[in-house]
Amino acid sequence: MDLKIKINGEDWTLDVAPADTLLDVLRERVGTKSPKIGCERGDCGSCTVLIDGRSVRSCLVLAVEADGHEITTVEGISYDGLSALQTLFLENNSFQCGFCTPGIVLSATELLEQNPNPTRHDVQEALAGNLCRCTGYEPIIDAVLAAGDGGSE
Amino acid sequence: MTPTDTFLFEAESGNKDLESVGTPAVRIDGRDKISGAAQFVDDIDFGPGLLHAAVVESPHAYARIVSIDTSEAEKADGVVRVATGKDFPYKFGMYMEDRYIFAQDYVRFVGEQVAGVVARSHREAVRAAKLVKVEYEVLTPLLDPKAAVEDGAELIHPDLDEYTHVPWFFPKANTNIAHWRKIRKGDTEKAFAEADYVLEDTYTVPRYAHCAIEPHVTVSKLDFADRLTVWTASQSPHTQRHLFAEALAPLGFTHKDVRVITPYVGGGFGGKAGVSMEIIGAALATLVKGRPVKLRFTREQEFYNTYQRQGVVAELKVGVKSDGEITAVEHKLYWDAGAYVEYGANVVNAAGLSATGPYRVPNITNDSLCIYTNLPPGGPYRGFGYSEFHFGLESHMDRIAEAIGMDPVEFRRKNAIIEGDELAYGAAMNPSGMLEAIDRTAAAIDWGVEEESDNPNTVIGKGISLFWKAPAMPPNSSSASFLKFNEDGSINITVSGMELGQGYLTVMAQIAGEVLSVPVDKIRVETPDTDRNPYEWQTVASHVTWSSGLAVEKAAIEARAKIFDVIHQVYGYEDDSLYLEDEKVKCKTDPSFAKSLSEFVIDGIQTEDGTWRGGPIVASGKFMPEFTNANSDPETGQGGHPNVHYTVGATGVILEIDKETGRIWVRKAALAVDAGRAINPDLVKGQITGGLVQGLATVLYEDMRFDDDGKLLNPNFTDYKIPTAFDIPDEIIPIIVEVPQPDGPFGARGVGEHTMIGAAPVIANAVYNALGVRIKSMPITQEKVAMAILEQSGN
Repeated sequence: MDLKIKINGEDWTLDVAPADTLLDVLRERVGTKSPKIGCERGDCGSCTVLIDGRSVRSCLVLAVEADGHEITTVEGISYDGLSALQTLFLENNSFQCGFCTPGIVLSATELLEQNPNPTRHDVQEALAGNLCRCTGYEPIIDAVLAAGDGGSE
Repeated sequence: MTPTDTFLFEAESGNKDLESVGTPAVRIDGRDKISGAAQFVDDIDFGPGLLHAAVVESPHAYARIVSIDTSEAEKADGVVRVATGKDFPYKFGMYMEDRYIFAQDYVRFVGEQVAGVVARSHREAVRAAKLVKVEYEVLTPLLDPKAAVEDGAELIHPDLDEYTHVPWFFPKANTNIAHWRKIRKGDTEKAFAEADYVLEDTYTVPRYAHCAIEPHVTVSKLDFADRLTVWTASQSPHTQRHLFAEALAPLGFTHKDVRVITPYVGGGFGGKAGVSMEIIGAALATLVKGRPVKLRFTREQEFYNTYQRQGVVAELKVGVKSDGEITAVEHKLYWDAGAYVEYGANVVNAAGLSATGPYRVPNITNDSLCIYTNLPPGGPYRGFGYSEFHFGLESHMDRIAEAIGMDPVEFRRKNAIIEGDELAYGAAMNPSGMLEAIDRTAAAIDWGVEEESDNPNTVIGKGISLFWKAPAMPPNSSSASFLKFNEDGSINITVSGMELGQGYLTVMAQIAGEVLSVPVDKIRVETPDTDRNPYEWQTVASHVTWSSGLAVEKAAIEARAKIFDVIHQVYGYEDDSLYLEDEKVKCKTDPSFAKSLSEFVIDGIQTEDGTWRGGPIVASGKFMPEFTNANSDPETGQGGHPNVHYTVGATGVILEIDKETGRIWVRKAALAVDAGRAINPDLVKGQITGGLVQGLATVLYEDMRFDDDGKLLNPNFTDYKIPTAFDIPDEIIPIIVEVPQPDGPFGARGVGEHTMIGAAPVIANAVYNALGVRIKSMPITQEKVAMAILEQSGN
């Protein structure tokens, strides 16, 4: 099946199988490796990408469902150096092993787009679908709050 | 400790102010990980020749394999090769060779690998694996460790006495006891008779899963020159190479023919130590020469066929005098070690050596039994036995304090082990900041101040617990490093410790940078390749900051000596008048002299006659503890010095409990750990926060559930919940204590595992403090708390 899709600003036309997930296509056909394979059932969030700015689990999205849409991965927001949020992740040690980090950066990017001044609860809610086993989340929440003018409750 | 290892740097430098060590240097792997550039094994491209493997697994916990028919699978689309145990009748194992690459005559747990299928695509491999027909004679599984040690129990490994194992294991032939660690010190019986109060009880801890977010994955390739290269998501590149070379030696491999490459790894926690599924991939690759083979475990396989944290039944008896002095501990630990104990038996060993906890105890009887069961293989998990036995031990200490009318903090202060006290195996305790850790933790949670909830439906409780842990490793585990300068004065360091997320690479750069006056951002340290990088035993046991750090420090000191030697040759300054500052060589006796490293560390220095001196500055360093030995009396555990040192600390919480639903909120958690010296305080804080949250999950809700046939019921994140961003304390207070480790790099010792250990008992103690209910089995779920409240109120 033909898939016309924009990935990190670049137009692609791909012949995909109906059962191919968006994650398969991004990783194996396009070579975009920042979305990771962690559970393949939408539990862990390490495959998170943005479709038209909204975060999705790309392991649960069939590639054909993304036809005509625009996909952003963490590579797509790193072309011009690190974003303000990414810089705060660096300064706050908001990562350890780094496997969940691309997904978390995207979920937090989406949150800040929609809610530039989130509360701690807002941040926890936005990240609740992205599992991190290393950090205990605290330094991640701190970085996102700092990116959003410090937050207010 | 040997005097030569004591404060290497400070001894030579006269304690100058530190510029890199002790600072929160920005992580050198940060940009890779935040930008998506970080490459994990599954992210590496292997081209169109890549093959994919799938595993045929046992559906039974215990069965005899009657026959295996692979003919249908071999004919399936895309299949290149099918292999069974007949292709690889070789044993392997870390500390005890009790496993096969594929099951031979018996399967011993649900999920055990029986055959492997290699195909051109992942889907074809999975499809064909279902076509392999295995006929089993189903046997009755042994799932309970205490039943497995009863007289007449079926033997899960009848040939146990023929297995090769390390000399500090003591298997009992014709039983299911693969190792029995005994400690006998003083006269426990007499001490109990003379004690003013004795408390005896049993605590149980179930199995747990590591849940690194990256599943195990390996790609293996045997090329046409008979070179085996294995890319793995691993904590242990050199140990893996060693075990691959040993297990596959019948195929003609030697160590130099085997190469292990370990890029970034997506979390380990012990689960990616040693060798588990990687041996399957390595073996299959030998059957399809020239083609790389990828084996990536699913999340389900990750749960049931990598290591699990072992369950334990702990029978504990402690005697005290009326003034609170602990006089005797008897701790019997019955470990559910699973079907294969090649790694897990050392968890049992470590726990047995230290099952008194961080207390001064004159009379000790420890029995730590490694028991085969028909559950998945147990193995290393952050805390390595200590997380498990501290639950009962630290619950018990609170109960004793209450029974004798003593404040639990005061009771612990009185008995806490301090420098020079005798350990269970007879050696002396290393310097420790335990008392400072207790005091600062207690202060952080306002210990002694009772708090009442504003909400009539909830109650507030406070708890405290102590922890200790020593690295558990062979006595001669070692680390090495290479260091080389580049033209611009920047440095490349190669080591073989793994960056698991803890910040190891950054810490190594800080140590070298301190000695050589080079900023961390001019130092590159990367993940290992066993062909290029010098030896490291494994990245486990919280030992690499200490051990690999010493190897790096020694390499840097050697490089510095070579730098001074060049300056001496050319300018005549004595070596001991020279020092490094701001990437320059300077001279105490000639303040006008300054020579930038970038001017000569590759090209050397030209002399007056036009010739050159010096050349590329390269150096190496190694560290092996030379004071340890594992040769203790099997019946008493006395006579050896198995552990290098202990790291200690304390955990405290304030929690709130809903009296109707049993729901627990951790309002505040404080954790103090004695890092010796925090090379990078921010990274230590990262370990405190991460380890504490991981530990809290084991006590609040995580729990592996098996059915009566030994099948794991919750092998996924829907049914085995790990913490989300919502499931964390409202506030975490990290406290770094720094009582230097005399033989550590700049005084440092490890902290990574320790931060998980105190979490389980501190919750048990705080729940008791809040409700007067003592829960003696993990996890302390909302349901258990609610039921206990009901029982207490007589409903």
